[in-house]
Amino acid sequence: MIPSRSPFDPQNPLEGRVITTPFDKVLGWARKYSLFVYPFVTACCGMEYMSVSSAHYDLDRFGAAFPRFSPRQSDVLWVVGTVSHKLAPLVRRVYDQMTDPKWVIAFGACASCGGPYDNYATMQGIDTVLPVDIYIAGCPPRPEAVLDGVVKLQKMIQESKQVWK
Amino acid sequence: MEKSLAHRKIEEKFPQAVLDSHAQHGDETLILRKEAILDVARLLKEDSELQFNFLMDITAVDYLGRQPRFEIVYHFMSLPFNRRLRIKLQSDDLYPTVKSLTPLWKTANWLERECFDLYGIRFEGHPNLTRIMLYEGFEGHPLRKDYPKTKRQPLIGPQN
Repeated sequence: MIPSRSPFDPQNPLEGRVITTPFDKVLGWARKYSLFVYPFVTACCGMEYMSVSSAHYDLDRFGAAFPRFSPRQSDVLWVVGTVSHKLAPLVRRVYDQMTDPKWVIAFGACASCGGPYDNYATMQGIDTVLPVDIYIAGCPPRPEAVLDGVVKLQKMIQESKQVWK
Repeated sequence: MEKSLAHRKIEEKFPQAVLDSHAQHGDETLILRKEAILDVARLLKEDSELQFNFLMDITAVDYLGRQPRFEIVYHFMSLPFNRRLRIKLQSDDLYPTVKSLTPLWKTANWLERECFDLYGIRFEGHPNLTRIMLYEGFEGHPLRKDYPKTKRQPLIGPQN
């Protein structure tokens, strides 16, 4: 049964119409459900990213499916796949161009730690050049693991101190 | 196995060029004198009975500790006759120099740049012999067997 709204009382105008909560919490709630994604997709993990972001697994349920191909409009940098030393300055530049607040997801083994490629060409994890919030394990990760990572990121955003000034 | 038509034609026209040959599964491999490659490649491409018009690959092998140390390997294919031919050149120089095939095939441009980038083979007559995969400022040639396995040359971030 839906509780009926109390009739408007001019003596007590906020009655039944207002809840109080810390501003941080509201802002965190808004931010965690409107994550604009910048997909930086370089390798085979991209297949798994496509799967996650399209209808079957439906990332939009979490408000995190909307890809923006301009770093200035995005909140989350998804580094999906192997990053070589040659590419490292470009990832860093994309990250620097994003506006605060911003988060980074290392998608898969290569982005997290270099994966199977321990050689002259491959960067051993993107966290050597930029701060990473969520590491998703797998080679490539199952879509469920990716969803789990997104939910963990949302929890992190909700619980962190909101910078808004 | 009897010599292929390409082998016989090369021997006929350039008697000194072929050093060795062998064949596996019907595909022949010739080891040539290094200097002969451009002339032989032109013969292979332009002879109407051969028509090796497709340069599939140029690569190199570093046999560290063996003499000669380097092998430069060419894979040719004749699309009209569906024939393949592998040609190898050998060199013991630290930076082997061979003639570029760019006058004959445009694709040789990038294949030779790759070979130069990763193995340090110099291609004489190449219009733009610069690194193609690695970046400016990279030192050495990483697919050589004496390139240290753990050596890293990052552009940004921590060194090693």
